[in-house]
Amino acid sequence: MTERPILEVRDLRKWFPLGSSLFSRHRQQVKAVDGISFSMRRGEILSLVGESGSGKTTVGRTVLRLTAPTSGSITFDGQDITRLSRRQLRPLRRRMQLVFQDPFASLNPRMTVERIVSTPLIIHDEPGGIAARRAKVEAALQLVGLLPHHATRYPHELSGGQRQRVGIARALILRPDFLVADEPVSALDVSIQAQVVNLLLELKDLLGLTILFVAHDLAVVGHISDRIAVMYLGRLVEVAETRVLFARPRHPYTEALLSAAPIPDPTVERQRIILAGDIPSPIDPPPGCAFSTRCRYATEACRAAVPPLREVAPGHLSACIRDDIALQAPRHGALTAPSKETCRCRLRSTGYRVTIACPRPSTSSSSAPASSASAPPTNW
Amino acid sequence: MTAAPVLQVEDLSVRFRTRGGEIAAVSGVSFAVRPGETLAVVGESGSGKSVTSLALMRLLPPGAAVTVTGRVGLRGKDGRMLDVLTLPEPEMRGVRGDAIAMVFQEPMTSLNPVKPVGEQIAEAIRLHRGLDRRAATEEVVRLLDLVGIPAPRQRLASYPHHLSGGMRQRVMIAMALSCEPAVLIADEPTTALDVTIQAQILDLLRRLQERTGMAVVFITHNLGVVAEIADRVMVMYGGRVVEQADVRPLFARPLMPYTVGLLRSVPRLDLAGRRAGPLPAIPGNVPDPLHMPEGCGFHPRCGDHVAGLCDARLPELESAGEARLVRCVRWRELTP
Ligand SMILES: Nc1ncnc2c1ncn2[C@@H]1O[C@H](COP(=O)(O)OP(=O)(O)OP(=O)(O)O)[C@@H](O)[C@H]1O
Ligand SMILES: Nc1ncnc2c1ncn2[C@@H]1O[C@H](COP(=O)(O)OP(=O)(O)OP(=O)(O)O)[C@@H](O)[C@H]1O
Ligand code: SF4
Ligand code: SF4
Ligand SMILES: [Mg+2]
Ligand SMILES: [Mg+2]
Repeated sequence: MTERPILEVRDLRKWFPLGSSLFSRHRQQVKAVDGISFSMRRGEILSLVGESGSGKTTVGRTVLRLTAPTSGSITFDGQDITRLSRRQLRPLRRRMQLVFQDPFASLNPRMTVERIVSTPLIIHDEPGGIAARRAKVEAALQLVGLLPHHATRYPHELSGGQRQRVGIARALILRPDFLVADEPVSALDVSIQAQVVNLLLELKDLLGLTILFVAHDLAVVGHISDRIAVMYLGRLVEVAETRVLFARPRHPYTEALLSAAPIPDPTVERQRIILAGDIPSPIDPPPGCAFSTRCRYATEACRAAVPPLREVAPGHLSACIRDDIALQAPRHGALTAPSKETCRCRLRSTGYRVTIACPRPSTSSSSAPASSASAPPTNW
Repeated sequence: MTAAPVLQVEDLSVRFRTRGGEIAAVSGVSFAVRPGETLAVVGESGSGKSVTSLALMRLLPPGAAVTVTGRVGLRGKDGRMLDVLTLPEPEMRGVRGDAIAMVFQEPMTSLNPVKPVGEQIAEAIRLHRGLDRRAATEEVVRLLDLVGIPAPRQRLASYPHHLSGGMRQRVMIAMALSCEPAVLIADEPTTALDVTIQAQILDLLRRLQERTGMAVVFITHNLGVVAEIADRVMVMYGGRVVEQADVRPLFARPLMPYTVGLLRSVPRLDLAGRRAGPLPAIPGNVPDPLHMPEGCGFHPRCGDHVAGLCDARLPELESAGEARLVRCVRWRELTP
């Protein structure tokens, strides 16, 4: 508890003015982020979850100071960065990086992988000549499981998973200690998604990264995060350790969200809470508890004031005024098929560690791990 | 006793001529769907799911660059079996949206952006059901209400861009349902949506199906969604069917190593927060359609691959018990 948090966010607000009429007196504001506070331990993965439009991306971008906050404060590794100018931010930029959602749209189609990955080096005037730069690119590619020959390829010559790796390599080349990963696996196929999730977890251990992770998929979030922060309409409504949140949600919105996650087990009986309607508009949020329009436990008192985020158990925060309700823990089912047999091995060709599934350890134990022999070493 | 299929696909193949060479996007796909049944089609990106559904709707781009072979039988509203692939286009236009309808993955591309949504649905109803303007409008209100759009009468004049993603998807479903089709094809109808909205839409489809006995072909790569709504599952890889089974046996005892890998790579909700080691990912990537591997298309990624056996020739899609098909030369020895 003595260690200083790497990131500390206090009462952060980001409002976007709507329309730009200079003469309108009551200019409307989109309250994308409306007063949130949280902090992150070094080496932690904190996930932001919530419906589309709840403000997850805006939090990530504001925390990185890619956009200026409307109010509140952001402290990165002890330094207040809320009001730093672009130039003052420069030395910090290399320590804080962003991985984008769409691996295709975020890579310039006319650049080779080498140029894409080395762009941050150029922007930050990294010392060293072409040879040094090339070596760094190669190391970054290797880190994410790509081969040196991928450096000469263009994005369209790579698969979706490989493109996402390029995006991660670009984010890592300056050796940042803080990463915002905004839906980094949402656009990927299930099998490739698992590869990238494994990669992020390994890199976190290897490099001691702190990751603010944004995702829709609750199964992925449950696997990757140490803690989860649930957003609703620009505010945090619940923050807890992953296991605790899944076992005992304390906010009705979290309860509904978890109950909506599809369970990959056809034998489980569902107990779904179907939320009526859509998330309300952040321009004119409902008074009091913003979730009251869809909450099955709402009372008159809920609309009186915005419920503060308060500690309901050690390290467990919730913004619901009702302590008298027993919320339902989600049913998960236990998928029958998977056993967790995986093996770690070294790719002879590159000498780095890979983690692969050995789908049937019993049958493939005699031969060397079949995948490293048969699969191209570009993938893991 | 099970009813006769409303949709029967036999040996469907689709090839594209591209600049890089010919692509076998779909090869020898066969399946049948009965009234009230939901068939889920799963598989990685590029495995041929959308091309299969577009072929059923006869919506593939026309021209010499596309070759479609096989047979698609569809039971028309009069009970007659129609041969979809040979039907003249004017007749097909009457069938599309009537006996068979489709919900596309991206609703914006299939809604007209400059026309109010109410008018768009009403048009489809007038065309297929011959209702007058007034009756059609009433029917639209009923449909929008059915798919859970609040204050439907006020929404008639809304343009697609005024609606949220979830609402647009519901409008698309209302439109697809407007003629009470015997078969609904839904191509990733919930992939772009939040889980809460996804839950609403799955719930809606299930209720509608119970009421109308509509057959549904549901394309998705979310195995959680498959477990929720499917009666049967068809797994595709590289344009071919590699496994077909009822949903419970498939999840309980997958036979094809690719299916096994897919099921394992989904993080388990019951282990959330426990970090039980790395996810068992399938190594490698989806195959390049221009350079499909010889033999079993999955062999470069398969942990059970045996050189000289799996890569020698294409494994047959063989019967593996009642209502089960699998394409793997080793399934007998691999399955405990
Ligand atoms: N530059 C901007 N100008 C005006 N409004 C904006 C801007 N950026 C975001 N918003 C609005 O702020 C709100 C929050 O958006 P944000 O992108 O942060 O949500 P999100 O939680 O990341 O959603 P998603 O899951 O869809 O990515 C939305 O209502 C959005 O329309
Ligand atoms: N009009 C076209 N011309 C040439 N090739 C095409 C065309 N449409 C699809 N293909 C190719 O056919 C194959 C199957 O594509 P399809 O869209 O059916 O995949 P899918 O399974 O729906 O994938 P996803 O999950 O990404 O939607 C792919 O290799 C694709 O590139
Ligand atoms: S404060 Fe009231 S409306 Fe808000 S979540 Fe709690 S019970 Fe529901
Ligand atoms: S045929 Fe061989 S390579 Fe293909 S799935 Fe079966 S064991 Fe694997
Ligand atoms: Mg976002
Ligand atoms: Mg598709």
